[in-house]
Amino acid sequence: MFPTIQIGPLSLQVPGLVLLIGLWFGLSLSERRARQLGENPGHLYNLVFIALIAGLVGARLSYAVTYPGAFSASPLSLISINSGLLDPIAGASIAAGAAAIYIYRKQLPLWATLDALTPLFAVMAIAIGVSHLASGNAFGKPTDLPLGIQLWGEIRHPTQIYEIILASLILIAILLVDKTSWSHVPGNTFITYIALSAFSRIFLEAFRGDSILIGSGLRTAQLIAWVLLSICLFVLAMRIHNSQIEAEAS
Amino acid sequence: MKKINLPSFIGLSIFILFLGATWIWISIPPAGGTTQGEIRVPQEGFSAPDFTLETFGSDTYTLSDLRGRPVLVNFWASWCPPCRSEMPAMQRVYEDLQEEGFIVLAVNSTHQDNLGDAITFAQIRQLSFPILLDLDGAVGALYDVRSLPTSYFINPEGIIQDVVVGGPMSEALLRIRVEQLIEGDP
Repeated sequence: MFPTIQIGPLSLQVPGLVLLIGLWFGLSLSERRARQLGENPGHLYNLVFIALIAGLVGARLSYAVTYPGAFSASPLSLISINSGLLDPIAGASIAAGAAAIYIYRKQLPLWATLDALTPLFAVMAIAIGVSHLASGNAFGKPTDLPLGIQLWGEIRHPTQIYEIILASLILIAILLVDKTSWSHVPGNTFITYIALSAFSRIFLEAFRGDSILIGSGLRTAQLIAWVLLSICLFVLAMRIHNSQIEAEAS
Repeated sequence: MKKINLPSFIGLSIFILFLGATWIWISIPPAGGTTQGEIRVPQEGFSAPDFTLETFGSDTYTLSDLRGRPVLVNFWASWCPPCRSEMPAMQRVYEDLQEEGFIVLAVNSTHQDNLGDAITFAQIRQLSFPILLDLDGAVGALYDVRSLPTSYFINPEGIIQDVVVGGPMSEALLRIRVEQLIEGDP
């Protein structure tokens, strides 16, 4: 665990640093993919930049609306650098909305754009795993296995390392998929990535020691991932069906 | 696209979904399997490690004696600019919410600080919450403090509800986190 790096008086937050590096590396992979798909990489950069800015501003404003008393007592907190004053769900929704508006206004092809962005998503998933390793978050349940690591008072499954390995395998799989005819249908790469990520979440969550439980002890993240996986497989089946009908018609 | 056999894909999909559902079922944790409450480590969701320290006025504070009250444990030093910046906001929030039982334990990393400077700073800023002296760094080590300031928001049950590494914390963040502790919001 290495949450901060001390450089003289400067204390760098490793998780944030790792996410920034992931963003840079992921964007460069996505840029390359966009060129292969015949898209303008500039649009991709603008799209990500607009989504990030809109997401950050939206996350802060949503938090301020939720806690108006605290912000009216201290209005300068609106521009505070504290990441704890962000509403992540609202931020993600607003970022997605801003991206959708940009795609619509620039008349970008939706599925091809998502395909081009898939390497970025895959790299960010690895970066999130590394940031978890740095902070000690997303920790595993106790284990007697020799691969366990000492963390938070117990020998635990190294779930952060599992997360990094699985995300890396998914990135490799996606890069391989891009070389096959499967990726020639716009959207297939993106949907395949979501399906693989959902399956890996179902597997990985079983080893977590901090899962949010519902009902009779089911892990919420696994249930959401299973529903997402079902939707992806259904959409892929429909696409195969449609491509077969088109092939027969021609 | 290379032709893919649809019935085979559907069969494979059903098998994958069945496998996933089975895995979800067998990975249901036993009761308390994902509860961290009993272990005392300085991480969100766990019990706050206990400690006893003195103020420079020789008053003694033990964290476990404050069970039932929302507590902010803040590690700081007088030479640390973000620590100094967030102290006035901490003082205002403390003044506003101390009637609700809220208390700040400002643990000075005295082994890395000058005691005289720390006392002068607290007096100039008129800090009225307890300034505790971590003379040998033992409490900082117990809390695995790697950078200053580091703050732990502890609920009345003694569970760490949030950890903020670095600073300065804004007044809104402090106020919201303390109100969440008081109201019992996760």
